[in-house]
Amino acid sequence: MPENNSSDILKENSGAASRAAAQGAAGLQPSAAPALELKSVYKHFPLRGLSAHGRAVHAMDDVSLTLESGGSLALVGESGSGKTTTASVIARIYEQDSGHIIVDGEEARPFRSRAEALQYKKKVQLIFQDPFGSLNPTHTIRQILERPLLIHGIVKNRGELDAKLNEILELVGLCPPGEYLDRYPHELSGGQRQRVNIARTFALEPEIVLADEPTSMLDVSIRMGIMNMMLDLKAKRGVSYLYITHDLAGARYMCSRIAVMYAGMLMEVGPTDEVISEALHPYVKLLKAASPAPELGLSRGRVAAKGEIPSLVDPPSGCRFHPRCPYAKASCSESMPELREVGPGHLVRCFEV
Amino acid sequence: MAEEIQGTEKETAMLEVRHLKAGYGTLKGFVRAVDDVSLSLAKGGFLGIAGESGCGKSTLAYAIMRLLKDNARIESGEVLFKGRELVGLPESEMRKLRWAEIAMVFQSAMNALNPVLSVGEQLSDAALAHRPDMKKKEAMDLAVEMLELVDINADRLKSYPHQLSGGMKQRVMIAMALMLKPDLLIMDEPTTALDVVVQRTIIEKIDDLRKKLGFSVIFITHDLSLLVEISDTLAVMYAGKICEYGRAAELFESAHHPYTRGLMNSFPTLTGPISRMGGIEGHAPDLLAPPPGCRFAPRCPKAGPECSAREPELVDMGGGRLCACHKPEVSNA
Repeated sequence: MPENNSSDILKENSGAASRAAAQGAAGLQPSAAPALELKSVYKHFPLRGLSAHGRAVHAMDDVSLTLESGGSLALVGESGSGKTTTASVIARIYEQDSGHIIVDGEEARPFRSRAEALQYKKKVQLIFQDPFGSLNPTHTIRQILERPLLIHGIVKNRGELDAKLNEILELVGLCPPGEYLDRYPHELSGGQRQRVNIARTFALEPEIVLADEPTSMLDVSIRMGIMNMMLDLKAKRGVSYLYITHDLAGARYMCSRIAVMYAGMLMEVGPTDEVISEALHPYVKLLKAASPAPELGLSRGRVAAKGEIPSLVDPPSGCRFHPRCPYAKASCSESMPELREVGPGHLVRCFEV
Repeated sequence: MAEEIQGTEKETAMLEVRHLKAGYGTLKGFVRAVDDVSLSLAKGGFLGIAGESGCGKSTLAYAIMRLLKDNARIESGEVLFKGRELVGLPESEMRKLRWAEIAMVFQSAMNALNPVLSVGEQLSDAALAHRPDMKKKEAMDLAVEMLELVDINADRLKSYPHQLSGGMKQRVMIAMALMLKPDLLIMDEPTTALDVVVQRTIIEKIDDLRKKLGFSVIFITHDLSLLVEISDTLAVMYAGKICEYGRAAELFESAHHPYTRGLMNSFPTLTGPISRMGGIEGHAPDLLAPPPGCRFAPRCPKAGPECSAREPELVDMGGGRLCACHKPEVSNA
């Protein structure tokens, strides 16, 4: 897999806000092992029922990624492109069919004991998309937040627990903590609930945070607050982010590297600024042209996209994007292009690039 | 479209809303979701209404359509559609108008289709309900014509909604809204649940159709960055009120209202240098007990004592711009 050429990848110095904010924590040594590596991971979900005939949803095909220690990688794609499956496989909610997931230089294997599961989950934490559905409505904020602390044995006694609860609520800007601890999720706004979610994630001091569209269900005016807080937390705690989003501009704001997924496969991976300003893959070009960007002027011309995301049960032969690709040739429907390196740390899956 | 903002071309205005107040009766009291909203839309115009959830933008749309829920009512104000007052119009008259002259594409249009009727049946139903003398065959032909207008093949007429993708369902909804060639199309978050590429194609389609058929559009969404690109005129709503109104491009260049500025500063950009963006602190007020004075004052970085003492009027700033703020930022950013 070409992109674990880490010395190249680490030349990430195009000025994203994350780096400006995270200079201290992200000033890592080039020799440090990546926080997370995926090597050719496949995950298919078999269809059930009489008409399934052994078919499956190809949610992830040949997904290879590297997330540097202290780095930030945006996984961008439309709905159904497999980005949430990727996060779920990394979080070990599902076991991959094949391929390797390497966390901190160690291969993640099926858990053999509760201790192993706890150890892994302390390292890798997930922020869910839906702040309304991911907090137990019958528990107070205190109950929600103390549970992981107790399960993982982070605190030894009541005094430590209270101190820790105060600390993590302050960390996510819910001040004074005493005002929130005994409230129920329904008494909080969407933004506050998402802060509780993030507090729960950071309570375990994870090394890798998988954030699955953490702001997409929030009101527009409070999204920025959550994004800025996540950047600050990254700087303070030195975590690595896998930030999942469908919003190219948001990815650019949050992450120094980007991976664009389409129909279960990665199409382009590279430094965020480079990939967005000089998109090479036709799908990434399309995504960029379709994204709202008032600063580019009000009449950027037509996008004139054809077709829609293919079925992942019967994905198109050859390149998954060829039925919609304006540059497709006959060969594109015959074989799948490899994800190959076209520049330092910049990979593209296209014959024509 | 400066003329119609200044109200000098009243005869051509497709829609005029004047001092509309509407809201919901709840156990805790009356929630005035639309509070003294005035706007006007010219024939063929594209008005964008931006605002966050709970700002009253959908209530405004439903009030214009007179489709408010049972616990909701229009308190006062006028809705003039082609000069005709809709508030207080008998329901039987309203029914004739609805869909034939004012059509709507609903927020979760993808779920608004009837799952047990084919696309053709649903489309023709809209025509047959309003044109009793129309033959079934004619209605079906019309359905085919409308489907082709939104780039859906005629053989989809027999398809059921579950056989269509989200983007196609949304285009069927648009075809249905255009069946009777309405003069005004109200779209309430029509692309929110769709992916960006599909969103873009649908918006391009609406724009083409508007130019071809000449209807006016009210496009409601929380996505200000999208609205700036597609609308002629833009109204920004906050807590039931319009806080700024003007030409979309100019509003983007120099927003006068701190809320509009905050919203503009809530969307990261695709190009240019990345600088830390602000967003807006706090959250929207409870409409049961809105704050005194300016409703945005508790979240406003510029708020002073007068802001919570007196409610700002929507005043003409020149050039067709209206802004409701005691301390508008008139200089360019």
